[in-house]
Amino acid sequence: MEKIDVVIVGAGLAGLSCAYALADAGMMVVVIDRGDFPGSKNVTGGRIYLDPVRRVLPDLWDEAPFERHVVREILTLMGAHNSTSICHYSETRDESPYPSYTILRARFDRWFAEKVGEKGVFVIPQKRVDDLLMDGSRVNGVRAGDEEIPAEVVVAADGVLSFLAEKAGLRQKFRPEQFAVGYKEIIGLDKGKIEDRFNLNPDEGAAQLFVGSLTKGMMGGGFLYTNQDSISLGMVVGLAALNNRKPRQEVYQLLDEFKARPEVQRLIDGGETAEYSAHLIPEGGIGAKPKLTTHGMVVVGDAAGFGLNMLITVRGMEYAMISGVLAAEAIKKAREKSDFSALALSCYEGLVNQSIIMKDLETFRGSVDILKNPRLFSLYPQAVCDVFEKLMCVEDTPKEKLSSTAYRELRKTILSLQGIKDMWSLRKI
Amino acid sequence: MKIEEKIAIDAFKNDTESHITLDQGKCRSCQERFCVYACPAHLYELNEDTGEMQVEFAGCLECGTCMIACIYGAVTWVYPRGEFGVQYRYG
Repeated sequence: MEKIDVVIVGAGLAGLSCAYALADAGMMVVVIDRGDFPGSKNVTGGRIYLDPVRRVLPDLWDEAPFERHVVREILTLMGAHNSTSICHYSETRDESPYPSYTILRARFDRWFAEKVGEKGVFVIPQKRVDDLLMDGSRVNGVRAGDEEIPAEVVVAADGVLSFLAEKAGLRQKFRPEQFAVGYKEIIGLDKGKIEDRFNLNPDEGAAQLFVGSLTKGMMGGGFLYTNQDSISLGMVVGLAALNNRKPRQEVYQLLDEFKARPEVQRLIDGGETAEYSAHLIPEGGIGAKPKLTTHGMVVVGDAAGFGLNMLITVRGMEYAMISGVLAAEAIKKAREKSDFSALALSCYEGLVNQSIIMKDLETFRGSVDILKNPRLFSLYPQAVCDVFEKLMCVEDTPKEKLSSTAYRELRKTILSLQGIKDMWSLRKI
Repeated sequence: MKIEEKIAIDAFKNDTESHITLDQGKCRSCQERFCVYACPAHLYELNEDTGEMQVEFAGCLECGTCMIACIYGAVTWVYPRGEFGVQYRYG
């Protein structure tokens, strides 16, 4: 078989963005995906932040099949039997171009693959790439079943588990502390009900994060995103925390307990589960980043570990898209010199280092360790809920000063020496 | 809603061969059963009669959590062949 210019493995956001950015450069580009259709293996929570990607992919967004633009942010701290929410609404975020949308990836990625196809890229579904074609340390293409597909460059966009990065020797063995498992239900619900329950106009969306007792002390939390006519309701739990928890806890049960909480149950009441999905999330931060290039191959998106847990925002999709576009730039440059060596492709690493991706990962370098602190996910959310409950309570006895109530409640937790140290540690996030 | 019912809602195209293989030697000496607690689809179960760990590969959501949670390396996990496995309609 004739050598094609670029084989991209994986039709997710990183792979498709790379293909889209390469499409006009006169190269033969093929995207291979193992799903029935592009998007059918792809999962997010999820919401996407568009401002970081508008610059690198400026002309894509007008017809993009997003769900709702997020105008309402809710952060809920969960106690065992109470909860405290902060709700934020901003008029400026309710003006186009909207900074963030809720998204269903099977729909979005399928549309994106069509756009990529319209630009002349071949997108081949239902094909699993099994191995790299190697000549010494040089990657020469991929093998899918009996079929060998030689290529000048392979783009490993094969997701968080990236077997290709492993086969090319670019990454170390995975460890549980580098990952969280995310799992969710899509709960079909009438549009009008969604808008009533979350106080939204048509096309407006809400995003709600939950931290506290729902993860039983483990790193993680819950999320709820409003789609057009469904709700994405799910949880994220750190794998190391899950492995180490005593007594042991089966992770799937947490979602059922979360769903049964009155605060949540009322929001999804009358809805019907339409899908249950799960996905790993790279949370190893900058320390878990693999080598990004070798002879004839680059690694993009989740495969490169480009994810970031900033406690109140969890990001990955925009990094996937940006890294895909940057890889395309590096491949175009390499092609001008017909040199696809590791050295020539290493300009991709340079572009990533100068981009928002590495700047963000560097800024939040310390957050990986901070988030291991179980008190952030149990003691403090409970303490906030309890102090609010006391402050709001009027009993048949004379009321003491609010500050006295707050101090008495909090001195055991947040205002203890341990608590102050923990709060101080949060400056790293 | 039971976990089995949730899995039943999903669209699957199942292969005849499992894409997950377990090293029963390692499983036998494992005390923690990380796989059982980590699988979001609840597919792992110890067969009390044979003492073997079993996995219902047909309901796999393809997250790969079990492979990483098992620090003993007993889970060999590859993606199902092209055309097979879970097909997400929402994602």
